[in-house]
Amino acid sequence: MRIGVLALQGDFALHAEALRRVGVEAVEVRKPAELEAVDGLIIPGGESTTLLKLMEAWGFVPALEKFHAQGRPIFGTCAGLIVLAREVLNPPQFSLGLIDVTVERNAYGRQRESFETEGEAALGREPVPIKMVFIRAPRIRRVGPAVTPLAGHRGECVMAREGSVLAAAFHPELTDDPAVHRYFAGMVEAAHPC
Amino acid sequence: MEIGTLRLKVGLAEMLKGGVIMDVTTAEQAKIAEDAGAVAVMALERVPADIRAQGGVARMASVRRIKEIMAAVTIPVMAKCRIGHFAEAQILEALGVDYIDESEVLTPADEQHHVDKFAFKVPFVCGARDLGEALRRIGEGAAMIRTKGEAGSGNIVEAVRHMRKVTGHIKRLTTLGPEELMHEAKELGAPYELVRWAAQHGRVPVPNFAAGGIATPADASLMMQLGAEAVFVGSGIFKSSDPERRAKAIVQATTHYKDPDVLARVSEELGEGEAMRGIDTSKLAEEELLQTRGW
Repeated sequence: MRIGVLALQGDFALHAEALRRVGVEAVEVRKPAELEAVDGLIIPGGESTTLLKLMEAWGFVPALEKFHAQGRPIFGTCAGLIVLAREVLNPPQFSLGLIDVTVERNAYGRQRESFETEGEAALGREPVPIKMVFIRAPRIRRVGPAVTPLAGHRGECVMAREGSVLAAAFHPELTDDPAVHRYFAGMVEAAHPC
Repeated sequence: MEIGTLRLKVGLAEMLKGGVIMDVTTAEQAKIAEDAGAVAVMALERVPADIRAQGGVARMASVRRIKEIMAAVTIPVMAKCRIGHFAEAQILEALGVDYIDESEVLTPADEQHHVDKFAFKVPFVCGARDLGEALRRIGEGAAMIRTKGEAGSGNIVEAVRHMRKVTGHIKRLTTLGPEELMHEAKELGAPYELVRWAAQHGRVPVPNFAAGGIATPADASLMMQLGAEAVFVGSGIFKSSDPERRAKAIVQATTHYKDPDVLARVSEELGEGEAMRGIDTSKLAEEELLQTRGW
């Protein structure tokens, strides 16, 4: 099993490290053809406007739609969540629409309002404690009926899953807590038993 | 819930990796930078090439200018304060600027001391010419290091020297025994704990970016291949003949820095557009250098 990390811009190296810590081979993906060799994909944190421009320039939009249609799992954090969402506010911008949530960019504030906290995530039979790091984070304003919230902060959903798509407003890759990456590796394993 | 932690400060720098941070002096330029794919903009009163040409005291940009730029874009906005000028830094923090560059490009306010960067919730980036300088700045709380290069010169040679000095020194540190590190810390003029950390991990303890003299897509690729994790482009964009196209080309080159075919293509797309003119930094007198500011 190999999981790709979209390496156009952002903290892709930290995601690759986090995957290796849970025993998964991680591959950097900079061109759509490189998606062929991976069973799942992480879209990292970064600047969503930059990511989108680079994705559009290289034909990643149709490639990821195909990737998703084939049932291969995708996990997005922060900018990755924005790119995957059905609808984006502040300002409205193009997104892939692969998970039925509405997100508002930078809605927790600027960098001085960035924060870290602890919470619980429904990643197994029992909720597990997780560390959550929010950096100029997007806020999930609406969760569609087919979407399962997996973690919350002050009563609001901050991590969610719809089928083969997982998305978080925070950055598990900035902590040494492997729980979320282990969960995503499990999703990829289940989608592609080998 | 915690704010202003080192993890959050370094975390924002992590998000900027693989990207291009562009100097802008107006809201209009900031918009052009954002549309071209910049990961952040640096709000300035004058770009370094103009500071160099016009002389005078270079200070923090005007508050009105910074606010206009912040209102124009959704990407992070950085701004520069003078070395040691913690009051300028306090103002920038109050404005909600996302990163503060305590920069040698501005006229220093203190000839001995840099800002105590731990006292702020907003993260700082500082320039460095060698490993000792980098670790001193991190010791003061900087969450990102960049090469100083020679700002406003359009000449990459100084940034290359600074990056090679830092990475070369780290390579050497990894070969030393634990008993040699205290002497090394003394020679470097850097905190022992940080020297030991760098020796154990084989890298600078915070993200390490390139700045100072980047003018072409090839310059950006060169710095990335030498170990930079992102690039700052100062005068190189808005002092060129076609800022929009050059900005886009440098963004592509920074992502695909390892791919010569992509670099050739984006360089070709610049057509007849000219890079900023540039200066031979070896012909500059000591007092004309910006990189020697900082202690």
